[in-house]
Amino acid sequence: MNWPLVPQQLATGILNGGILALIALGVVLIFKSSEVFNFAQGHLVMIGAYLTWWFSGGSGNGGAPFDLPLWAAILAAILVSALIGLLIERLALRPMTGQPLLSIILMTLGLALLLEGLTAITFGAEPKSNFPAPFSPSDVFMVPFPGAFNDIIILKKTLVAAFVVAILAGAGFILFFQHTRTGLAMRATAEDHELARSVGIKVPRIFGLSWVIAGVIATLGGVLLATLTGVSLNLATVVLIAFPAILLGGLDSFPGALVGGIVVGLVQALVQASSFIEVRNSAEIAPYVLLLIVLIIRPEGLFGQKRIERV
Amino acid sequence: MSALRPAGDFDRTYQQDMAIIRQPWQWVLLIVALIAAYTVPLWGSAYLVTTVNRLAYTIIAVQGLNILTGYTGQISLGQAAFMLVGGYASALLVIHAGLPFLVALPLAALVTGLIGLLFGLPSLRVKGFYLAMATLAAQFIIPWLSRHIFKDYLGGSSGRIDVPVATVAGVAFDQVNEFIYISLTVLLITTLLTLNASRSRLGRAFVAVRDNDLAAELLGVNLFGYKLRAFFVAAMLAGVAGALKAHSQRAVGTELGYSLEESILFLGMLVIGGLGTNLGPFLGSTTVILLEDLANVVGGQLAVLFPDQAPSLLTSFRPIFFGLILMLFLIFEPRGMAHRWQLFKAAWRLRPFSR
Repeated sequence: MNWPLVPQQLATGILNGGILALIALGVVLIFKSSEVFNFAQGHLVMIGAYLTWWFSGGSGNGGAPFDLPLWAAILAAILVSALIGLLIERLALRPMTGQPLLSIILMTLGLALLLEGLTAITFGAEPKSNFPAPFSPSDVFMVPFPGAFNDIIILKKTLVAAFVVAILAGAGFILFFQHTRTGLAMRATAEDHELARSVGIKVPRIFGLSWVIAGVIATLGGVLLATLTGVSLNLATVVLIAFPAILLGGLDSFPGALVGGIVVGLVQALVQASSFIEVRNSAEIAPYVLLLIVLIIRPEGLFGQKRIERV
Repeated sequence: MSALRPAGDFDRTYQQDMAIIRQPWQWVLLIVALIAAYTVPLWGSAYLVTTVNRLAYTIIAVQGLNILTGYTGQISLGQAAFMLVGGYASALLVIHAGLPFLVALPLAALVTGLIGLLFGLPSLRVKGFYLAMATLAAQFIIPWLSRHIFKDYLGGSSGRIDVPVATVAGVAFDQVNEFIYISLTVLLITTLLTLNASRSRLGRAFVAVRDNDLAAELLGVNLFGYKLRAFFVAAMLAGVAGALKAHSQRAVGTELGYSLEESILFLGMLVIGGLGTNLGPFLGSTTVILLEDLANVVGGQLAVLFPDQAPSLLTSFRPIFFGLILMLFLIFEPRGMAHRWQLFKAAWRLRPFSR
């Protein structure tokens, strides 16, 4: 370990984990209500980022159809991706009700590819560097911290903002699910579709709603990620490391998604603080190694419900 | 298949009952198909030869996935990574151990099978998408390892090594229109093996695990043992496919089509062809590969028409076509083309009363 780097990396890791947690929330939400594991969440994130970029006039010099300020662009992107979420649920997932798990997984994978192709053809395949980030990467907080490198911890404002948004959204969802009628209906639907239907819950509406919310969260995550890395088709692959976070926290737990995201962020950051170059290089696969360990030791995750199968 | 046999068609001997090829016309069809396939280099264009060769190793990889996902019901997102292992193993055995290609190929399959076992271990405790995630981990960890360990042997950060010419009994198969004979022969062998595996105790145990694992265990199927066997066979076939791909491309490496997208493509081929059928891998792989080529043609033509958007037009039709057809198949024919073919055969037999 390269000790002077550790405090800095801990801080960065936790903040990065916040974004992962936000993305993980979207997957958990859909899984909780409809038992669909959405492999296309990363692509929703990517589309959210692209839409924001497009609405804020990034696509052209003067000839762009829109030239909104950032907040309005984000709002417009959220509206459009909510619509996309609704369409996906209607056209792709609704016909799959009652199909085996493999078909549903493949449906979301096919969806992921389709979305990737459509995004590339609509917005162009080359990476966009002119994302209207609210903070530039050099906007930082300097926190004095004795023992750290130069006795200071540098926190990027983007990361702090992302973390705060993620935590707020996470807390919001937990409250929403615990304390509102709709949240209760969504939890009931997750438990048993037929029972939920028999007490008067409109199950299809719940499914649609959860995809809409997932689209909204994805857009938020996409905007936050894009301020860090710019907009490109790679965003969808970056997001894949949210999956280890989801399984670590437990597939059906919101607090789990938050904790899982932060742990994965931490693991990635701490690996980078190692003194061995081989270990530092392994940051991109460290989450997957963690994933394998979790699957072998505790498949239901830290906060997940253990499912007991009865015949 | 016996369920769909017409009334009055009985087997009178055990040989008849066990025969794979039951009708004279099936023999004719098989022989015509074999002659057509083996003479492709004589009459086909270079494009056709390359496509048939690519098809041959793709079908082998999908056959492996079919054992694991189609028959045993374990989802795998790592088939392409196992192909990478097979390619590297075979190349290294030929380069550094000096083994002849025909020895290196089965050894590479064995090595890949063992690594497949390793990633099959989580199947002891998890199933469904948890297992999909475990194999997803394999899909990321294996290519990463190939770039970061044993750099002298695996090509290091360049992520690729050159693969020597496959030589069998002194004859060098260095062009695709020579190598295709090896690919087709191996495909023939794996087809025979998977066909027989699927109708033996092994295959029936796989299907039992897929349909109801608890019931299978009560019937005396060692659940973990058979799941591991499925992982082993699937990885082995991926290894064979990878070795063939590596030796026909004369190079192997992480950038040469062993990514997650390829693994998803294999799963898609399987579903489009028909899960758990022996015909499925053939139909699915052919459809998807032809579709990909069509996407390239469409993209290329449009790129000529709209040159300012050429890069996105060239790359985006492939995922669009594939994603769309996969989704359509999942919605309208989840049992794949093989099932359609069965329906068609049944209707033909019952004609003119098929409705």
